[in-house]
Amino acid sequence: MSLSNSKIEQIKGFTLLKGGKVYDPFIGFDEASDVLIEDGKIVDISENIKNNDNYNLIDCSGCIITNGFIDLHSHFREPGFEIKETVNTGAVSAFYGGFTRVCIMPNTSPVIDTPELVSHLVKKNNYLPINLYPIGAITKGQEGNELAEIGGMVSAGAVAISDDGIPVKNSQVFRMAIEYARKFNIPVINHAEDGCLVNSGVVNEGIQSLKLGLAGNPDIAESTMIYRDLSIAEYVFGKIHVPHVTSAKSVDVIKVFKNRGVSVTAEVTPHHLCLTEDILKTFDTNAKVAPPIRSSEDKKALINAIKKGYIDCIATDHAPHTIEDKEKDFNHAPCGMIGLESAFGLVCNTLLKENVNINSIIDLFTINPSKIMNIRPSFIEVGNQAEINVLDPKCKWEFKDSDIHSKSCNSPIVGMHLMGKINLTINKGYILNKK
Amino acid sequence: MFILMKLIRKKKYVWRVIDLLDHKLDIKHLIGLENTSSEDIQKIIDVGFLFREILDRPIKKVPILNGKNIVNLFFENSTRTKLSFELAEKRLSADVINFSASSSSINKGESFKDTVQNICSMKMDCVVMRHPVPGSIIQLTDFVDAIVVNAGDGSHEHPTQALLDMMSIQEKFKKIKGLKIGIVGDILHSRVALSNIFGLVKMGAKVKVCGPPHLIQKNIEDLGVSVTYDIDEMLDWCDAINILRIQKERMGVGIIPSIREYRKFFGVTYDRIQKFKKEIVIMHPGPMNRGVEVDSQVADSAQAIILDQVLNGVAVRMSILYLLLGNNELK
Repeated sequence: MSLSNSKIEQIKGFTLLKGGKVYDPFIGFDEASDVLIEDGKIVDISENIKNNDNYNLIDCSGCIITNGFIDLHSHFREPGFEIKETVNTGAVSAFYGGFTRVCIMPNTSPVIDTPELVSHLVKKNNYLPINLYPIGAITKGQEGNELAEIGGMVSAGAVAISDDGIPVKNSQVFRMAIEYARKFNIPVINHAEDGCLVNSGVVNEGIQSLKLGLAGNPDIAESTMIYRDLSIAEYVFGKIHVPHVTSAKSVDVIKVFKNRGVSVTAEVTPHHLCLTEDILKTFDTNAKVAPPIRSSEDKKALINAIKKGYIDCIATDHAPHTIEDKEKDFNHAPCGMIGLESAFGLVCNTLLKENVNINSIIDLFTINPSKIMNIRPSFIEVGNQAEINVLDPKCKWEFKDSDIHSKSCNSPIVGMHLMGKINLTINKGYILNKK
Repeated sequence: MFILMKLIRKKKYVWRVIDLLDHKLDIKHLIGLENTSSEDIQKIIDVGFLFREILDRPIKKVPILNGKNIVNLFFENSTRTKLSFELAEKRLSADVINFSASSSSINKGESFKDTVQNICSMKMDCVVMRHPVPGSIIQLTDFVDAIVVNAGDGSHEHPTQALLDMMSIQEKFKKIKGLKIGIVGDILHSRVALSNIFGLVKMGAKVKVCGPPHLIQKNIEDLGVSVTYDIDEMLDWCDAINILRIQKERMGVGIIPSIREYRKFFGVTYDRIQKFKKEIVIMHPGPMNRGVEVDSQVADSAQAIILDQVLNGVAVRMSILYLLLGNNELK
């Protein structure tokens, strides 16, 4: 693939990661250690590996060497909307954000609703620096009526099913989807919003919708839908994953069902976890997302849910849109923001201040999403392919336009000061050294 | 201010006296009253009264904005506001062009950005815009260099309406602070209500809103107003009541069950008004649905200041345009 516009290179010879701490939650390894990599393969993990003249020495003091991140909710827009993002540009963007495995949503054109379309995407993994995992549609054409070929898509490599931004309105169709998906042991992901209660709302119904005169989308639009979904899942013993949880009320619902032993997992996006509706004060269409960014109370509840484990992981909901799209007026601009490159800095910045320890933060990007999607990354063990991030949790940096490698730049994070930075990523024989 | 008013009555060149005033506002554009200080609001109203004097003269035109180009961009239908702005601009001697969405290239699929940038590349000093989407007025400030005046952006703000309402209140009561002002109607979808709330609360008035509960934002008290769903309680409480126009398109589509039901529970009817011994000042931003939200006998009564609002609308818009665009080089 063409990586000409990026600093991602093929890794050659020996690379020595020296002076850092290795943390691999998959094997429970957490020790100060050096890591030696030869041609992309881990050849030694031990204390004080001696440097050699022909080694590419990377100073990792103060840094953590950990697994590549897993994002279980991204939009790479291919096929159909290559003007916003392609699989290539999305992969580069992911690599810059430290993500080595990315699940991509099926809301493309055509919709990913057949085994052939899933295979088409999976094949692209042969030349990408990351691994893509397609998520298949629940219903044909995301229309909410007829079940798609779920089994075939799973055989072809789909890791979950979702109609993405379109909730499955028909509860009976949804019940059948969850019941059927049990056979393939994949989670069902349903965009949790009751379209009627959303009522064309474009921001959270709260202080900003009040002051800005924008139509409000209430938190109950989300929580009532989650209640429906989880009730159905409980009834049919299904496995469900709740995408982008945004509100305190939704957390309460998830908590109840988790405590009852229902097989439910949940994700939160960096923007819902770290921002509040106040960011919309200036009518910034880049901060228009669905479901909307909510109040500071909701943000607190989400942080608390992360701490308590009611929310399992971070997912970016990386949603590229063109400048032309986002230049539209607030009601007509599409929902979504890019998020792969700012995800870790934003989340780390927020959660460290909330006294969440760095290992737990890493878990949210690695082992936790891996369990939900049943994705097994390469562990940090001698003999394995290196799939590694070197991150500096204390590094303060400003997120700039130049940090964006996605094809789109719709991010309200630009200009914000973040803490926690990924300095180096290695995966599939590629290396990106940002320092 | 009083001395100045006297001067104006005597002097021929009124506008020169106006020019002597401290005419600087903190705001660069008039986007809304949420971000306009009470000092600026008071200044706009005070200068508005000076222009009101001019409107009572036989020759109503002053050369204050001579040579300035103003475009009225209306992406949504408007009769009164557009007329009022145009009149204000012409009486200040500005050169005016009008643009409405119906006659525009919007229908050809041109983007909002292209439309405004095309017009403004023809060197406009000021854009007065009405647009159906909240916040588009703020986007406009990013797209063009001209001074921007909001003539209503969706259900966000309609600051000139609120300013003329406050000017009319001040004219009637000689003050705003401490007055009890009621607003009745579909508060949820009303930019007039929102701008009035921002402005009146800032100026120290007490504001109460009234209407069907589902047409009032559930957290509206966060703006410093109180709420009642009982029109009689409202009338009993208020010194002046601003009656919002009920949009006919919301009638009978399940949002407002019917005209008769609305009138029964929220109409400012003659029978209702008669029960109160005190004089309640009646306001309406127009156009009125007579017999729905307000009865003719109420709207045409001596206690109504609805037509004064219209006249003050021209004066206050002259004031705003002068204060934002006035020729600083003369100073």
